[in-house]
Parts: sequence; C-alpha cells; structure tokens
Amino acid sequence: MERHEWMRRQCRKLFARERDRGAVPTQSSEDSHIPPLKLKAKRTISVGHWPHQEEYRDVAQSYKGNIIHTTKYSLLTFIPMNLFQQFHRAANLYFLFLILLNWVPVVEAFQKEITMIPLLVVLTVIAVKDALEDYRRYLSDKKINNRIVQVYCGKQNAYIGKRWKDVQVGDFIRLSCNDVIPADILLLYSSDPHGICYIETANLDGETNLKQRQMVSGLPLQGVEFNPASFYIRIECENPNNDLGTFRGFIEHYSGARAGLDNKNLLLRSCTIRKTETVVGIVVYAGTKYALLLCDLGHETKAMMNNSGPRYKCSHLEKDLNNEILWCVLLLVMMCLITAIGHGFWLKQFKHAVFLVDEDMPPALAGFYVFWTMIIVLQVMIPISLYVSIEIVKLGQIYFIQNDLDLYNEHADCRIQCRALNITENLGQIRYLFSDKTGTLTENNMVFRRCSIYGIEYPHVENGCRLEMYEAKENEAAGCSVTVKSACRDKSLSCRSLSCNRSSLSLHTLAAESEEDGQLSNDFLPLTSAFCSRMAKEVIPDPDLVNKLSRLCAPMLLSGDVTFETTSSLELNYITDFFLALAICNTVMVSSPMQPQHLAQPQTLSKSLDGIKLIFQRFSLPLFSALSAHSPTRSRGSHGKTDDIFHSRNSYSNGPSDNEEDMRIEGGAENDTDNELMYEAVSPDEAALVHAAKAYRCTLRGRSADSVLVDLPGIGAMIVRLLHILPFDSNRKRMSVVVRHPLTGQVVVLTKGADSAIMNLLETPKGGEQAQETDSHIREQTQKHVDNYAREGLRTLCIARKVLEQEEYEVWLKGQLLAESNIDNREELLNVSAEKLETNLTLLGTTGILDRLQEDVPETIESLQRAGIKVWVLTGDKQETAVNIAYACKLIHPSDQILTVNCQSKDDCAALLEDLKLEVQCSEERISQKKTAEDHGGLSSGRKVSFILVIDGRTLNWTLEDASNCFLELSHSCKAVICCRSTPLQKSQVVRLIRDQLKVMTLAVGDGANDVSMIQVADVGIGIYGQEGMQAVMSSDFAISRFKHLCRLLLVHGHWCFSRLANMMLYFIYKNVMYVNLLFWYQFFCGFSGSVMTNSWVLILFNLFFTSVPPLIYGILDKDIPAEQLMRVSELYQAVHASEAPPPFVFWFTVLDAFYQSLVCFFVPYFAYVGSDIGELAFGSPINASALLIILLHQVIESHTLTWIHVFVLVVSAGSYFVFVLLFSVCCLTCSPHSNPVGVEMLQMSQPLFYIVCALTTVTAVMPRLLFRALHNTMHLSALMQTALREVE
Amino acid sequence: MMASSYNAKEEDGHHSGPSSHGGAGAVKSKKPDNTAFKQQRLPAWQPILTAGTVLPAFFVIGLIFIPIGIGLYVTSNNIKEFEIDYTGVDVSSPCFSCAKNYSWDSTTSCTCSVNFTLEQPFESNVFMYYGLSNFYQNHRRYVKSRDDSQLNGDRSALTNPSKECEPYRTSEGQPIAPCGAIANSLFNDTLVLYHVDSNGTKISIPLAKKGIAWWTDKHVKFRNPGGNDNLTIAFQGTNKPVNWRKPVFELDPDDRDNNGFINEDFIVWMRTAALPTFRKLYRIIHKKSSSTPTLASGRYILDITYNYPVLSFDGRKRMILSTISWMGGKNPFLGIAYITVGSICFFLGVVLLIIHHKYDSRNSSADIPN
Repeated sequence: MERHEWMRRQCRKLFARERDRGAVPTQSSEDSHIPPLKLKAKRTISVGHWPHQEEYRDVAQSYKGNIIHTTKYSLLTFIPMNLFQQFHRAANLYFLFLILLNWVPVVEAFQKEITMIPLLVVLTVIAVKDALEDYRRYLSDKKINNRIVQVYCGKQNAYIGKRWKDVQVGDFIRLSCNDVIPADILLLYSSDPHGICYIETANLDGETNLKQRQMVSGLPLQGVEFNPASFYIRIECENPNNDLGTFRGFIEHYSGARAGLDNKNLLLRSCTIRKTETVVGIVVYAGTKYALLLCDLGHETKAMMNNSGPRYKCSHLEKDLNNEILWCVLLLVMMCLITAIGHGFWLKQFKHAVFLVDEDMPPALAGFYVFWTMIIVLQVMIPISLYVSIEIVKLGQIYFIQNDLDLYNEHADCRIQCRALNITENLGQIRYLFSDKTGTLTENNMVFRRCSIYGIEYPHVENGCRLEMYEAKENEAAGCSVTVKSACRDKSLSCRSLSCNRSSLSLHTLAAESEEDGQLSNDFLPLTSAFCSRMAKEVIPDPDLVNKLSRLCAPMLLSGDVTFETTSSLELNYITDFFLALAICNTVMVSSPMQPQHLAQPQTLSKSLDGIKLIFQRFSLPLFSALSAHSPTRSRGSHGKTDDIFHSRNSYSNGPSDNEEDMRIEGGAENDTDNELMYEAVSPDEAALVHAAKAYRCTLRGRSADSVLVDLPGIGAMIVRLLHILPFDSNRKRMSVVVRHPLTGQVVVLTKGADSAIMNLLETPKGGEQAQETDSHIREQTQKHVDNYAREGLRTLCIARKVLEQEEYEVWLKGQLLAESNIDNREELLNVSAEKLETNLTLLGTTGILDRLQEDVPETIESLQRAGIKVWVLTGDKQETAVNIAYACKLIHPSDQILTVNCQSKDDCAALLEDLKLEVQCSEERISQKKTAEDHGGLSSGRKVSFILVIDGRTLNWTLEDASNCFLELSHSCKAVICCRSTPLQKSQVVRLIRDQLKVMTLAVGDGANDVSMIQVADVGIGIYGQEGMQAVMSSDFAISRFKHLCRLLLVHGHWCFSRLANMMLYFIYKNVMYVNLLFWYQFFCGFSGSVMTNSWVLILFNLFFTSVPPLIYGILDKDIPAEQLMRVSELYQAVHASEAPPPFVFWFTVLDAFYQSLVCFFVPYFAYVGSDIGELAFGSPINASALLIILLHQVIESHTLTWIHVFVLVVSAGSYFVFVLLFSVCCLTCSPHSNPVGVEMLQMSQPLFYIVCALTTVTAVMPRLLFRALHNTMHLSALMQTALREVE
Repeated sequence: MMASSYNAKEEDGHHSGPSSHGGAGAVKSKKPDNTAFKQQRLPAWQPILTAGTVLPAFFVIGLIFIPIGIGLYVTSNNIKEFEIDYTGVDVSSPCFSCAKNYSWDSTTSCTCSVNFTLEQPFESNVFMYYGLSNFYQNHRRYVKSRDDSQLNGDRSALTNPSKECEPYRTSEGQPIAPCGAIANSLFNDTLVLYHVDSNGTKISIPLAKKGIAWWTDKHVKFRNPGGNDNLTIAFQGTNKPVNWRKPVFELDPDDRDNNGFINEDFIVWMRTAALPTFRKLYRIIHKKSSSTPTLASGRYILDITYNYPVLSFDGRKRMILSTISWMGGKNPFLGIAYITVGSICFFLGVVLLIIHHKYDSRNSSADIPN
C-alpha cells in the first residue's frame, strides 16, 4: 500500500516536471494537412537540423534518461525511510508506546533495553526483509540498465552498442528478432516489406499472442534502407501518461509531410520483438516514464488493485481475532486496575515500613503509577506478535499450496499461483461459489462442430463422432496422454522460437537446424497426431458441404448432375462467402514453423495473381449474379466459367504457362506447409473457425496489416485487401471486416457475431417476392438451427455479409477516416461509424462450436455441493447453452425442477418471483409432509427434488434493482442458480448481493476479462489460466489452471488453512493469557507493586523466542484430517466447523483453561516454597520452567499431527530455554540490574525439589485439557468425524 | 504485494535475449518436487486422544505419583523444625519492651532473651534461620534499590552509585556503600543460642557464620573494592547506610575476611525473598560427632540483641531451627499434593476405562450395520 502511494506520488511529480518541460512553443503547422494537435501536455523530439535545434536538443537532453530505479531506498535513506514506513503499523506503535512508557522513571518496569527488544526484533526482521527485497530490485535494475542495445551514433554513422541506461529520448535504436525493447520507441523502419513488426507483450500483460505494430505511414520512409543520418524529423506527442492503450502525436518530416501517430506505431518498453528481422525506431519516452509506469505502475497498480488496493479482503477469522484481542485488552486493563487499586489499599496500611522506598507517596498516586507499570509488565497479554505470526503462517501455507502436486497442471506446466497472501483461511469457509462458464467449466478450447448455411444444416456427423472418440480416448488415456500433451506444448514453443531464429538468422548453420528438425519429426510429430490439442482443431468436413463446395471448383462440366440442380448458384455463393468470412473475419495471426510469413512470397506472386483475378472476375461475375447487377447471360456465363476453370486446371497439369507456373509453386508449397500453419488467435472461437474454414480448403495463409492471403478452394492463393477491420467489441458483440471481394471485386462487409446481435441487424427483405421468401426462409431455418445448437450446448456465431455499392462505401469511408483521424474521442466515433456500417446485413449462416467440459467438472461440482457450497453459474451465454452445460456438468439433475425467470417488464418480474417463491414454499411443504408421511410409513424417501433457478440478464437487472430480497429468498431455496446473458457488471452485482446480504463467504471463479469485476468483489477470487489472456489471473487471489483444482483447493487446503489458523490463534491467545496470569498472581504477594519473579530478559524472550516457533509450525503443518479423507468425504468441509462450538465459546473456554493452568502453575510452586528461604528469582525458576513445559505440552495435546519437525521444534524450544537460563545464570554478573540471576538457575536445577515441583505442576495443569480432549473425542465427536478418524486408524 | 511487483521485474529481466529461447531444453518445468515435506506427507504420529488412548497415561501417572507423594510426605515428616516468635507483641513476651521502645534512631541496643524447650533432639546439622513476616522484600521499588556493580567491587560505582539507589544513594554528601534500600534495611538483630544444662549452666552453642551464603554469591557476585587489603582504606570516601550502626567493613569484628561486601549475612540479606513471609539462613550448627545429637532435647535460651523494629508495619520476627533433607525444609504440601494428584489421576483412569468400554461397544455396535 505504502509502496503504491509512493509510486503514485513519484509519478505525479514526474509528470508535473514533464509538463513544465513540455511547454515549448510549437511550430506553426500551416502547411500540414492534418489539423494541429490539441495536446494539452506534449513533448517534442526533433532530429536533424531544424530551426531552434539546440533548444530542442536541450529539451530532449533534459528528458529523463532511460535508467530505471525501482528501488525504494538508497543506502543513505534506508534506515530513516524504512523506519518511517514501519511505524505506520499499529503494532509497532504499541511497542513504541511501551518503550516510551518505560522511560518514565516512576513507571519503569524493566531495564530500558529490555523493553526495546520486541520492537527491535520486529523492526530488524522486517528491515532485513525489505533490504533484501530492495537489493534484489537493485540487482535486477542494474541488470536491465546495463543491457546492451544498438543505438545509432551520429559521429561514427553506425549503430554501436550502448547500455540501456544511456539511451536517451531521440536516439535511434536498432533491434533484432527476440530483442527486448529498451524504451518506448516509435517504429520508423521494419525489415518487413509491409512495414510491420510483431511484438509479444507477455512481459506487460501476460498475453503471448503476437501483436502487430505498423511503422509510421505517410512519410517517405518505406522501402529505403533506413539511414538515420539523413533523417530529419520532428515528433510532437503527448506527455507520458499511464494509459498503455493510447498514444497520440504527429511526426513531421523535413519535407513538410506530416503523419499522425497512434498506438499502432509505438513499441512499448519490455515487449519483445518477434518474427521481424530488424527494426529501427526513435525513442520517444525513455526510462522512468514508461519504465515506472510499466514495471511499477502498470504492474504495480494492477497488482495493487488486486492485492490490497480496493479489494483488501479481510477474512472473517481476522474479524473474530480482532474481537478476541479486544477482550484481551479488556482483560489487561482489568488486571492493571486490580493491581493499581490493590496497591493503593496495600500502601495505606503501612507507616514507616523499612522496605518502602517512597514512603511519602500518596497511595492513589502510587496506584496510578502501578497501573502503567503493569501495562508494561503484562504487555504480552495483547498478542501483537500474533499478527506477525499470522503473516508468517499464511506465507507457509501458501508455500504448501503452491507446492501441491495435485494442483499442478502438467499439461500446461503451471502451478497454482497464490496472488493474495492474506486470505488462505477464507478458502475454508466458502458458502457460495460463482462460476463463469466458458473457459472455467469448459476448456475454452473451441472445436468447430457443425454449421448451417443458407438455412441448410450440415450436421458434420463424422466430426461429431471423432470428437466423441477423442474425448473418450482422452479420458481413457488420461494418465499417459499428459506427457504427450506437454510434449506438444514443448513443440509449439520450440517451433515459435525456431521460426524466429530463422527469420533473424536466415543464413544460420544448417546443422543446428536439421538437428532440431530431426528431433521435431522423430519425437513429436508422430505423437502429436494422437492427442495434441491441435488434433482437436482439425475438422472432418461434412461430405454434403464438400460436395457442394466442390461445385465451385470441381469440373462444372457435369452440369447435368443432380447436385448441381439442388445447389443453386446463390447457395454456392453463400457458402463461399461463408467460408471466406470464417477465414478472414478475425484477427488471427498466422505463423509457420517452416518459414516466416511476411507475405514475402505472395508479394512476388501478386502480379500473376492479379492476372488470375482478372480472369476469374471475368467469368465468375455471372456466377455471382445475385450480387452483381449485370448478369444477362447466367447459364452461359457459368458455362464459360467452368470451361475456363477446367482450362486453367488442365493447364496446371499439362503445361506451365507464365502465370500458372507461380501458382503451382505456390500450390506445392501449400501442400508442404499446410499442416504446419499455426494460428495464434486472441479468442479460441476465432481459431476454431479458421481451422474449420481450412478443412474446407479455405485456408488463411498469411496476414499483413492491410491484406490477407487466403487459399480458396480450387482457386489457390489470393490476396484479399482488408479495407477496414472493425474489431470485436463486447457492446456490439460482433466484428466485421470490410474487404474488396476477391472474386467479385466489390466492397463487402463480412460480419461475425452473436446471434442476438446479428439477427437484429438483418436487412428487411427487399426485391422480388421469391427472394424475400428465400430470405425469410433462411432466416427462420437458421434461427431454428441456432436454437438447436444452443440446446446442444454449442456456442453459436452468426455470419452475415453486406455488399456495399461504391458510393455507399465512399460515403462511409469519409466518416470512418474522420473518426480515425480524430484524436479526442476516437473510440466513440469509431464505434458509431462501425454501427453505421453494420446494418442491413444478409444472413449467410451460423456455426456451432463445441466447447468441451474440462475434465472432472461434474465430479468437482458434485463434491463441492456435497460440501455444502452452493454453486451458481454466471455466464454471458445463451440460456439454452447455459442450461445444457449445467446438465452436462451435473449441476442440474434430470429430476430437478427448473424455475425459469424471463420477464418482459419490471412488474412482471417482481410478480413472477413472488409466484415462484410461493411455489417453492408449497412444494417444500409438500415434500416435508411427504417425508413425515414416509417416515411414518417407514419408507425411505427417494431423491429430493430440488429447484434450479435460471434467470436471464435483463430480468436479473430488474431483480437486482427492485426485488433483491425476493430473489435472495428464492435463490436460497434453490440448489443452484444459473444467470445467463449476464454482463460483467451484473456478475459482480450478484456476488456483492450475496456477500453483503447473506454475510457469507463467496468465491468467484472465472477466466476472462469479463469475470474480473466478479473476481474482485468476491471474498475469494480465483482466476483460471485460460485462452483469454491474463486479466482474470491478474485480478485474482489464486490462479489455477483447471476447474477441478478447486476441489482440492477448497476441501483440503481451505479446510486445513482455516483450522490451522483458527487453532493457532486460539493457542496464541491461550499462551499469552496463561503466561501473563502468572505475573498477575504474583502481584498478590508483592504488595501489587508490579514486581516480577522472573528475570526481565527471560520474561521478554519467553514469548519472543522460546515459545514462538512451535505455534508457527503448528499453524503451517498441522493436519486435523488427512487429505484423502477430506477429498472423499466432502461433507467434512462444513461439518467440522459445525461440530465445534461457536467461536466466542471456544475463546472463553480457552481463556478459562489458561486461567486454570496459570493458577496451578503459580500456586503449586507457591505452596511448595511458602515460608522457606526461597529468593525471588529462585521462586520464578520452577514457575517459568513448568510454564514452558505446560505451554509446549498443551500444544502437543491440541495438535493433530506430530512429525519430526514438530518434535524437533518442540525440543529445540524447550532446550533453548534451559540453555539460555543456565548460561545466563552463569554469565550475567551485572548485565541485568535490579535482579540477581547469578547462580540461581544452576542452584535450582541442581536440587531435586525443582523437578518435583515442575513435574507436579505440569501434570496437574495439563491433565484437564487432556481429559477434556479425550472425553470430547470419545463422546461428542460427530459420526462423520469419527468415521473419518477411524479410517485413519 | 511485494512479490507481485517483483515478478514483473523479473520477467523484465528474464528474457535477456535470444539465448534464453534456444530450444526445448531451456524450458524448465515448474512441477513441484514430489517430496514428503512439500506434499505434506511427512510420516506423522497422530495422537487422536480418546478415552482408550489416554487412560494408560492416567494410570501410569497415578502409579508414579502416589509413591513419590508418600516418599515426600515421609521425608517431610522426618524433618525436625522448631520455630519461635520473638517479636514481642504481647505484654508477656520477653522482648515486649524492646519492641515497644526500639526504633531505627535508637543509639543503644536493647537485649532480651527467650527461653524455649526442644522436645526432640535434632540429629543432623541444624540450620538456624531468622524469619520475617509481612516484610515485602519483593516490592518493586525495594528490589531495584541496589547497585550490583558497586557490590561487585567496581570502584567507580562505589563512589558514584546507581540512580536506582535513591533515596539511599548518598548521605552527608558522600556516597553510601552499600547503597540502596535493601542494604539499608539489613537485618541486624544478633541471635545467640545457649543450651541450658540439666544443672542449669548456660552452654553457648557454636554458631557457624560461614557457609550460609551461596558459593557463587560469595565468590563471584560480591566483591570488595579491589586494590587494597585494608578495607578501611578501600571504603574511604563512602558513608555507611543511614540505618546502619557500623560501616560495611566492620560488620564482622571477629573475622577479617567476613567484612565488606562479602559479609555473608549481608549477602544472604541481599538475595531478596520471593514472598512476604520468609526466612533467611542465619547460622549453621554443625554436628560435632555421630554419637551425640547436634541439639539435644532440653531447655535453651535465645539471647537477642534487639535492633530491628518491625512493629511499625505489623511485621513479625522469628527464630527457626531446622534440619534439612534432600528436598529442602519441612513442607508437607508436596507430599500431600502428589498423593492427591496421583489418586485423582488413578480415579480418572478408572472413569475413562468405564467410558471407554461404554462408548467403544456402542460405537462398534453402531458401526456394524454400516
């Protein structure tokens, strides 16, 4: 927290400085065709000879260098700053208060040094920890700062190696493949012919898919080999800010040309260059600006927000603890008061007593002083060290959670990641679990299952069979397939790096490559064909569809064929566009391990392709008569086309002509590399669709910024120019591409989106009656199919298109360009523009994508439900899909009654909820009546009917607004609730409602960005490493890789952590109360004067050292019930806590026991020594020793496991005490003034009486606890626990 | 929160270049080690405390404690102890007048003698104690009021005692040696014991004043200021404590080596007692021969030089004669306690046995249908 604040301040300061500097007069920009920027705060960078060059240079020099300091302290500031920060802790202030109190002479209880020990120990431990942390930061800073990067040097006119920290704003930097970017640089040159550069942002946001960056366009830079020497530009851009997503500015070339800059041109620090040989850029923001933002604010804010910022998640246990500590404070004050009053009265009875030092002091004042003295003496009563101990224990618990093999996913090679350190015990008290569906319950590994085009369903029967087989096989071979999978992963990893290596080192030694190739082919390839997820992507095409599609390319000679009759050209057209849309309407990146795809080869092909395109256009226009206006001779045209195609195909085989030569080569290459194409998609749906298209030989082969290379069936590779991409947006729920159609040459909008989004945007049928009929028929059929798919649990996407007339396009283009060039509210305008375009669409078809359930999901859900956790599913999917998945994962049993709440209006909604509530109540009564009747009849009742509430997003909204109580009551009596079509906000609202209203512990689990708010709101947020980036993981408390891990995480670790921590807290309080009471009882025999019978060193160290480690071990390692039992008997999860008495009772019972033990521990020695010549310290010696033994034995009784670690720690603790006091009694001559420890312990321990007293005391004190435990375990243990425990035996 | 922030940094530093992406071998598995410790599978002794498992312990404790208790009780009973209160509260008491008139300011000493009869002979070495009651030697301020460095012979502490000694730090402008309230309140009654023969003659009983202090105190902790054998010179420039009659180097006129800080009576007094009623070893009466008892039964006279006023705070003074055993002085409590606890444990063992049988059969019978 403090660090966060500090960072923020630091950055604010920084920005303020930058702003001051940014106030350099801007050059007038009359000659510019781009409107002047209205940047409030800007920075200017210029290179080359400009007017006022020196001035600018100075400015540039004054910008922060690239050196980064993430360390909190320097050598000088460490002690003061660290101390300052540490004293923000309440506990340290308490210790400080005690120290100061001890400095008051009349109150002073111990030596001044001794009271400082606790504080010093705590401060030192934390300071050492901080120092080490800071040192690690320093080392890593140093490492980063000293990395070498190629920077252009004007004097030598060459790139020379410079250290990162020496890089300055305005420097030209050359980077190669796999280099990490040292500063925020503007991309000026890329070896890629299209001026593209690929970066991986894994260091920033954890996303591993490659992103494209475009070199600055509109300047005469492209093409030429870049030479910084002859390069004069001026860059004006906004001042550093923390928004990673935007960057605005412009660049001015000496020729006067100006170009706008945006995020696409900026390479952010600490990203990695991939798949691009060489990149040159100019540094715009160096070092501290983005370095701080990224390394600290970017990550830090994210991490902060997640870890302690807005969602500081307090555990219920700690709330209880605070209550208990309050009671401790009360006890302490009472004890001190009793002593103070007692001292007053005691003092009153004496006159001229020779042992009274300050005889004249009025009793009231003396009592007052004694009160404060006692506060110091009894300071241990308030278990401040408990907070530190809890932190340590939680760290230990997390260590074990992270090291659990059962939570390790071998497939993905990832462990559970504990991001929040303070809420492990919350895992043990979960009552409600909110789960996302996609990617959480399911794999989010999308597989194309079936589709419907032109209103005709293609069931893809074989594909379905294959998927089922695959699933069965996977389950069967679960054990052995794991290694194969990881091998696959290895392969893909190595593939990627390999491709990079080659692109950067094109003339690399062949030996190394061939070696790796051999390894790949020998080891991995045969295996991958069996189980690798890539296999799942491969789609077996539907024969019908293949047939129809082949009409496009196959010899149209068979015109009289039956299939031709049934397949109208319109349908064919639909089918083609459908697959074209699948292939190109996405943001999928293509890479091939064999060769880097820079679209380099297509470039050389393009000329010949253009020729082909012309030919195609000529003969295919009639075929697409539905689209194009001029289609006078339809049949003839199509014949002509088929002829031509036939001809061209013949020419393929017969003789090479100039054009076809290249085509064939390309075709050959296609065959070779076809299987090697690798798609990197942002969302798995896209990848699945691209794979599906590939199965129909509509293969996406490459992508550049403004064009894609696709293979079309029978036609071959084609370049499709991407005019625009209207990216996916969760509000629009669709994405579109605007392309020039490769076959017709028209401008076409291809849209892909959720059915709800698309269906509303469809064109109202125009034109002929027949067309209208077909259209509505298609729409009806498709809707029917969509519903069917959803019922099957498939994800549906609708594909639509729109043909734009040239004028129409140009009108829209103007708007779009305006929107693009706008700087202030570009996003909004772009959205508006996109919506303007996506209207009047024509529905092509729909796809059904299968998202398989993750393994063991039904078992996990069942197990969690048996553990008494209510499982809710909150999904953005359709209701049918959601319900279906719920069936599949056994959230709903066939016998369950589903209550569906879908309302059209608010009032309906409230009424419906009331109705349902009544219904549920009635049926519950019926059930209970039936049950009693059955009980009377002696019949065992069958399966209980339970209710499942299904509610959709819109209704949910009204419910949350108005009828939340009603909803709560209703949901309370339901076994599960499914919220579908819910937005991220609704998800979090539902979680908050349950958390706040029912005051129960909630857990939310999800994998995507849409689950972030829910994860943050819930008491425990769990992110699943999925296919959708890292946002969920970043905001989560725990990150797991499979849903099934929840079971072990909650049932085993949650239970353990909770019971360990609860027991440890009790033990800690017990320990303190017990020990402090010994001192309190002594006050009755020393005139309530605040004397102690122990050496003050021993007194302080007793708590700090001798008895501090065993509770920690107890809190980290104790196992009340073995893991297997907890997993098998999930009812234990709640039953265990239910069987225990409520917390306040347990607390008071513990305190009572502590009182009893301290009484025994004090009065047995008292009676043994009363009246004898026992000295003060000699009296304390057996008391201390037996207190130690009692405290340790108490722990042995209370703990459930004893391993060698426990035994070791216990022995060492006891041993260290005896060693210490013996040494102390030998060596301490004058080290401890006011007490006289020399020889005391030695003498005591040489006498048998000491051992006799200790034995009696210990046995008497511990006996009741032992008896209680034994009786409790024998008589009052729940049957469940007993079975669990018995099985252990 | 620290951890997350530096993960980021480490990542930043991690991809240090193309080298780290070399090949498949560079990818390190994050798989946790499958060790018993990390997987929390350490072999553990699991003490499930039930009546059945606990009852042997109770029996064993009972069986061990009862004999020990009996032994302790017998031992304690064998110890001979005689105690006599000579405070002089009652008018009939011989020391009444001394007690009434005497205060710290008196210049002349008051003596009185008390007659008593020992019913039984004391066979072994007899320890002679003085006992004080209602004397809070453990009062916090009192306990602190001393300077250990001074007592250890530190010359600088001798001339400049610790602040803790206030208000008994200096008197008449000179530092007090030994300073502090403890030293100031040194018990200064002199007790002399006479055996009255059958023919009425008083035979003085030799009281050894050496060996009453702990060895460590006498030889390690307490030291006279060094450099000079002559204590008078060594203590030059210091003043005696306010209540004292004689300076510290004249405490024992009979034995030169028993003077100064290493005077054993002084050392014994400086070990503050734990409880307000205490006794302190005064003299030892060594056994002379094996044939005669150390103290034969008969009449004795205790001569007291009454210097120590206790009536002002309701205190009492006693003289105690006691033999000791391996377990110290006479104390019946431990024996009784051991016997009691042992019996309780034994009894609880029986109860547990019954419970164990009852529940065990119930549980096993309940288990059968399952």
